[in-house]
Amino acid sequence: MSAEVKDAAADVGERRVNMIEAINEALDIMLERDPNVVIMGEDVGYFGGVFRCTAGLQEKHGKTRVFDTPINECGIIGAAVGMGAYGLRPVPEIQFADYIYPGLDQLISEAARLRYRSANEYIAPMTVRSPFGGGIFGGQTHSQSPESLFTHVAGLKTVIPATPYDAKGLLISCIEDNDPVIFFEPKRIYNGPFTGFYDQPVEPWKKHEASIVPEGYYNIPLGKARHVQDGEELTVIAYGTMVHVAEAVCKAKGVDADILDLRTLVPLDIEAIEASVAKTGRCLIVHEATRTSGFGAELSALVTERCFYHLEAPVERVTGFDTPYPHSLEWAYFPGPVRIGEAIDKILRD
Amino acid sequence: MADQADTPTPAPDKTGGGNRPALALHVPEPRSRPGDPVNFADVKFSDAGTQPRPDESVKPEEMKDLAYDLVRVLGDDNQAHGPWDPKLGADTLRTMLGHMAMVRAFDERMFRGQRQGKTSFYMKCTGEEATSVAASMALAADDMVFPSYRQQGILIARGYPLIEMINQIYSNKGDKLKGRQLPIMYSSREHSFFSISGNLATQTPQAVGWAMASAIKGDSRIAATWVGEGSTAEGDFHSACTFATVYNAPVILNVINNQWAISSFSGFAGGERTTFAARGLGYGIASLRVDGNDALACFAAQQWAANRARANHGPSLIEYYTYRAEGHSTSDDPSGYRSAQEREEWPLGDPVMRLKNHLIAIGEWDEDRQTAMDKACADEVKAVTKEAEKNGILGHGLHHPFHTMFEDVFEDLPWHLEEQAAQATRERKIKWPDHHPKDGAGK
Repeated sequence: MSAEVKDAAADVGERRVNMIEAINEALDIMLERDPNVVIMGEDVGYFGGVFRCTAGLQEKHGKTRVFDTPINECGIIGAAVGMGAYGLRPVPEIQFADYIYPGLDQLISEAARLRYRSANEYIAPMTVRSPFGGGIFGGQTHSQSPESLFTHVAGLKTVIPATPYDAKGLLISCIEDNDPVIFFEPKRIYNGPFTGFYDQPVEPWKKHEASIVPEGYYNIPLGKARHVQDGEELTVIAYGTMVHVAEAVCKAKGVDADILDLRTLVPLDIEAIEASVAKTGRCLIVHEATRTSGFGAELSALVTERCFYHLEAPVERVTGFDTPYPHSLEWAYFPGPVRIGEAIDKILRD
Repeated sequence: MADQADTPTPAPDKTGGGNRPALALHVPEPRSRPGDPVNFADVKFSDAGTQPRPDESVKPEEMKDLAYDLVRVLGDDNQAHGPWDPKLGADTLRTMLGHMAMVRAFDERMFRGQRQGKTSFYMKCTGEEATSVAASMALAADDMVFPSYRQQGILIARGYPLIEMINQIYSNKGDKLKGRQLPIMYSSREHSFFSISGNLATQTPQAVGWAMASAIKGDSRIAATWVGEGSTAEGDFHSACTFATVYNAPVILNVINNQWAISSFSGFAGGERTTFAARGLGYGIASLRVDGNDALACFAAQQWAANRARANHGPSLIEYYTYRAEGHSTSDDPSGYRSAQEREEWPLGDPVMRLKNHLIAIGEWDEDRQTAMDKACADEVKAVTKEAEKNGILGHGLHHPFHTMFEDVFEDLPWHLEEQAAQATRERKIKWPDHHPKDGAGK
């Protein structure tokens, strides 16, 4: 248990929520604190979102603060750019990360570059929330992990929480941030920290220490990784669902791993990575996204460039395969315990 | 069962399936190509003053005809006619004419500057001055505009200093945008003028979003956006129309139909089939088609739409029927794809001449004053150009400090940009060892 989680638990007496509730609380608090925050997206209003993240918010804050939109991601992001130029702080939801592509030009050419091209006259302080990742039998259109499309864009920040505590504190920081942020919510762990052992029951968040979440406002700064566990044998770098999978595999194998949950891909906590690899000399990178040009390639290059003389084995990547996300063969695709276990064996053997 | 990939595509066979007729693909062709005689006989419009002016609260379906007709005020007799006459005073008309003359003088000088190697790029708006100058004069100064790249007339009408425009065009050390943007992609928050993107039609849903924000806040300011007819083919424009109608947003969607999108005539945006104003009808948006070379009609239409938006009656779409008298930009040579005679034969005339002739016809102007005004505009632009050149011209050293290249990507510089900024500074010492920091390129 990290120090901040312990402190939080002491303050409020073991109040536990799942990731959906944590996100809902962050949105509720920011709607309350900042009259310029507006939430919009498909089905987010009266209904409260297909994953219930915005449940009750329209009723509480009103129809002009939380409202449904046309099924038009270009329009959602484009309108959010205009709202940001006006002075609002929009928090658009894209119902699935797989549906974000029609809004890409507005994100990449407009939101990401507005501050730069206008020399700070106009900014796009939006947080685009979107559930991402697989493991829910969502097929190829409800399972993708497109984070590296966004980390490649100058001017966008990309944030991915792995726990309810982080989801709330990071989302609040994202909404307060004056730059556009992509906030990907790992939907596989909305209700519990999935370990990758798909044939075993998933524990609910209530049994996990990171579900202890303060009721009120708190934030977690962007660009700071979470040190999941201290270890000596190898460094594991992961984010989102894969943090829990990697943690479970290391535990099952009895490996003394130093595990980092990046939390923010851009800006990246390079110091935490360097310190860990300098200590262990071995580095495993785990993500669910496809392999080629994935964010793991960037991490691998950085570790090689900056920690080369500490390395005792080649950096390893465990990723999804370079195929669309298959429906029936989901667990063959998913970078689970077997793939991670083999990579760990190889790193420790080398 | 064979895979689909193993099954060959059937060979072309005009008999198709039995006796069905062969299909034919239509690829649009403009009315004339270089050297062709030009005939605008198919361009039909009714007399000035004959179009009805509905109340601003009208339902869109009750004004359908105005999406196919052409709202005109200035007649062949140079007088203002009919219910759309905005009845502007002579001083306002002279101001309008003065802004349009200044835009033309500015365009002439900047085009020449590009040819002289002072910058990389320029875009004139010759023939379209009324669509930005007259239209924006019908808005309040703090109504927010989301322009495309050919609306320099808005900045000039709003009193943006010419020297700021030229500094931006030269990308020099005085450029408020720090030399980051292609010439003419201005931005001025102070003049409620949104940063021009350069990507097409992206500004249209942004304008709707701004208008929605203004309505959310109970503000009284409205938004207006300008987009070319060619760019209405972009999905963004249709996103804008959808959001505008769904939320009844206080926004005006101005479509400048200047007939040409670089070398592609308006037929490639669907102009052969219907008008661009008619696009709005399908969305339930009040839609007007206006003579874009008639400054009074441009003003009147924008004023009507602004009144409508301000009274919470919703968005409007206005098509300005006009003609791009010159090339798309300094990088374009229209003699390669259209007949030079088109400009001469264009039946709706020149917007500056028509407004000038109107002022003369009502006894408020004369040729001598016009000549003096044109000279004053040319002299002012020349003087300001010389002043701007003291800040440098493109590629001649007087740019912003290197470190500014890395600023404003984010609000704060993350470590990777700090590292890259240090590298750029190291490289400068190798690439330009004789460089003196005091010339503005240092840091």
